[in-house]
Amino acid sequence: MSYTIEINNKKVEAEQGETILEVLNRNSVKVPTLCHMKDMLPSGACRMCVVEVEGRKNLVPSCSEPVTDKMSITTHSQRVINSRKTIIELLLADHPDDCLYCERNNNCELQSLSNEHHVRNRRIVGKKQEYKLDVASTSIVRDPAKCILCGRCVRVCEEIEAVSAIEFVGRGNKTIIGTAFNEGLNMSKCVNCGQCINVCPTGALREKCHFTEIEANLQDPTKTVVVQHAPSISVSIAEEFGLDSGTDIKGVLNTALRKIGFNVVFDTSFSADLTIIEEVAELIDRVTTGGKLPMFTSCCPGWVKYAEGFQQDFIPNLSTCKSPQQMMGAVIKSYFAETEKIEQKDLYSVAVMPCTAKKFEQQEKTMMQNGISDVDAILTTRELAKLIRFHGIDLKNLEPEMADSPLGMHSSAGKIFGTSGGVMEAAIRTAYYRLTGKELTQYRIEDVRGCEGRKETKIEINGTTFGFAVVSGLKNAEILLDEIKNGRSDLHFIEVMACPGGCINGGGQPINQNIDAIQKRMKALYDIDDADTIKASHRNHMVSQLYKNYLGEPLGEKSHHLLHRTYQIR
Amino acid sequence: MKTEVDNILETYKGAKRDSLIPILQKLQENEGFLSKESVEKVSKYINVPTSKIYGVATFYNQFKFSPPGKYHIQVCRGTACHVLGSATVLSEIENALKIKTEQTTTDGLFSIEVVACIGACGLAPVISVNGEFHAQVTAESIHEILNTYREKEAKDEK
Ligand code: SF4
Ligand code: SF4
Ligand code: FES
Repeated sequence: MSYTIEINNKKVEAEQGETILEVLNRNSVKVPTLCHMKDMLPSGACRMCVVEVEGRKNLVPSCSEPVTDKMSITTHSQRVINSRKTIIELLLADHPDDCLYCERNNNCELQSLSNEHHVRNRRIVGKKQEYKLDVASTSIVRDPAKCILCGRCVRVCEEIEAVSAIEFVGRGNKTIIGTAFNEGLNMSKCVNCGQCINVCPTGALREKCHFTEIEANLQDPTKTVVVQHAPSISVSIAEEFGLDSGTDIKGVLNTALRKIGFNVVFDTSFSADLTIIEEVAELIDRVTTGGKLPMFTSCCPGWVKYAEGFQQDFIPNLSTCKSPQQMMGAVIKSYFAETEKIEQKDLYSVAVMPCTAKKFEQQEKTMMQNGISDVDAILTTRELAKLIRFHGIDLKNLEPEMADSPLGMHSSAGKIFGTSGGVMEAAIRTAYYRLTGKELTQYRIEDVRGCEGRKETKIEINGTTFGFAVVSGLKNAEILLDEIKNGRSDLHFIEVMACPGGCINGGGQPINQNIDAIQKRMKALYDIDDADTIKASHRNHMVSQLYKNYLGEPLGEKSHHLLHRTYQIR
Repeated sequence: MKTEVDNILETYKGAKRDSLIPILQKLQENEGFLSKESVEKVSKYINVPTSKIYGVATFYNQFKFSPPGKYHIQVCRGTACHVLGSATVLSEIENALKIKTEQTTTDGLFSIEVVACIGACGLAPVISVNGEFHAQVTAESIHEILNTYREKEAKDEK
């Protein structure tokens, strides 16, 4: 049913069931929000979004109030503005005010709101509570002193990731966001996905930084510092420099990394191709020898940790392949070091990742050969942007360069690993070829593309119908796993990524609450796929060379040793 | 091996989220506090994450998360005691024992709890240790009081 309502004396159309906020947004009337999260039920906790509704005595939170016919709304009366300003001042009453030193300086919703509302002095002075900084996690630092209790982190962790590592703890002015028993985040069930960082309006949540160690190695002339960058970095990092979402700057990224001082630049899309070769071999092996099915991808460390912690019955279903980051790391420390005659102690390997869980994966025991980790340090996309600025590099005026050989070349199948559905599409292209000896006539597999949390397709190969499913966001994984537990048996291969939409929306990506940005990053990857002439991992001849010169066969002894891993119950 | 906690949980067969509070109350009655182990068991039993249980339990004053000390100190923060300086008394006890309210010393000897009026306003500021009242406590006298318990403990050990 259609309503006519009035916003600031102007008549607009609204639909029954819409909230006031939705109508305001649609009509480009900006009302500030804090606790509100798009596509989630409103919690109505912060009252930032209040408006005046004619005939109502109290101000009304627009995010949770449905429109009614002939409603008349005022969004910026003096009363409303004063009320919002008071809320900000109350939030600031107990805030540390160390913006200059804060990770989120210039990218903080609380800062912008104070600015927009012209808060220029400390009107309300609150008693400062004592808070403990939580640095126990390998990936995430929690600083409750900067928390404004909007609850967004708690909600993503529960509603999107099905983890619930954190919760409101205590009561009244003693309330904080904490783990069970207020232990360090490392003791909780946290899967290190970093989605909580991406939704946090302030600097209360941030990634654990390897900056100092990386800089020290860059400055050390005895070290060969190798860097790899993940498929999604080149289509997201440009946003940090004010360029449009979805701008691909792969060549420039290589140049910038060299300018910073990295001696060798490799592309993780290469090892994504390598992953596909191993993973497809494993899938075909499971299908032909009656192995455990459906098989699950294992490239997302957030998902892997979730499976180890919450879905232990499915551990045998996880592919034993390491992630592309770890495969690249293992190949750098073995094949590359050997051919270039670099001693292990002189080699330092950094990975630029869209992800905070990679910082957990990197230090896992199963990722070490003789006590040496495959990868030494991780930079998130955000951290690399800082490093680029730190080194005074003008990204907009760089000539693009190629990544180094031999681990720099990739097919576009390896590149689309950066989006939910991409791993699956890459795997299907190669599996089809391996099983039939023919290339797919239509390389695009539309069913597994797009931003939906669940995508499925059925493909007939050699008379057998194969079922493929793709889920992102661990809540969606939980739902699918429940179906399988309840007897669903038509699926052979399932791709899971912890972050909604995949790595392009990873917990280490530029903080951007705009869903459009994610869609544009996704489109950028598929555009690269369209433009590329080599669209399948088995067509990457550098990968074939690597097998010929060094690894031998997929699933062979050397591969098994370097490229596969084990799991543990957590 | 079946524990006391398992036995208690069994009396709540088929329980869901809404039985959380009564279950926690029962467990605390049994153990004197809510241990990590029992909260983890409850979490599995009713399928509610431990963080949520902790969140709910910390909302209510009645739940404790560390075993009470051998000498449980209750500090009255009622109006009469407040007027006569119970805030100083409390912070002096916290400093002396190096713990905060609701915590227990690492040797398990002392724990502190803040209570609203104990009904002994005539003695303000008043504290009670295992039910034994101490009247007109001051920042100085509190050390003597704590020492009597420490000495008592040392004697008992011999
Ligand atoms: S990193 Fe992910 S799992 Fe861990 S607390 Fe944040 S949202 Fe939850
Ligand atoms: S940590 Fe951040 S997202 Fe979580 S409640 Fe606090 S301010 Fe909100
Ligand atoms: S945004 Fe509406 S109440 Fe918080």
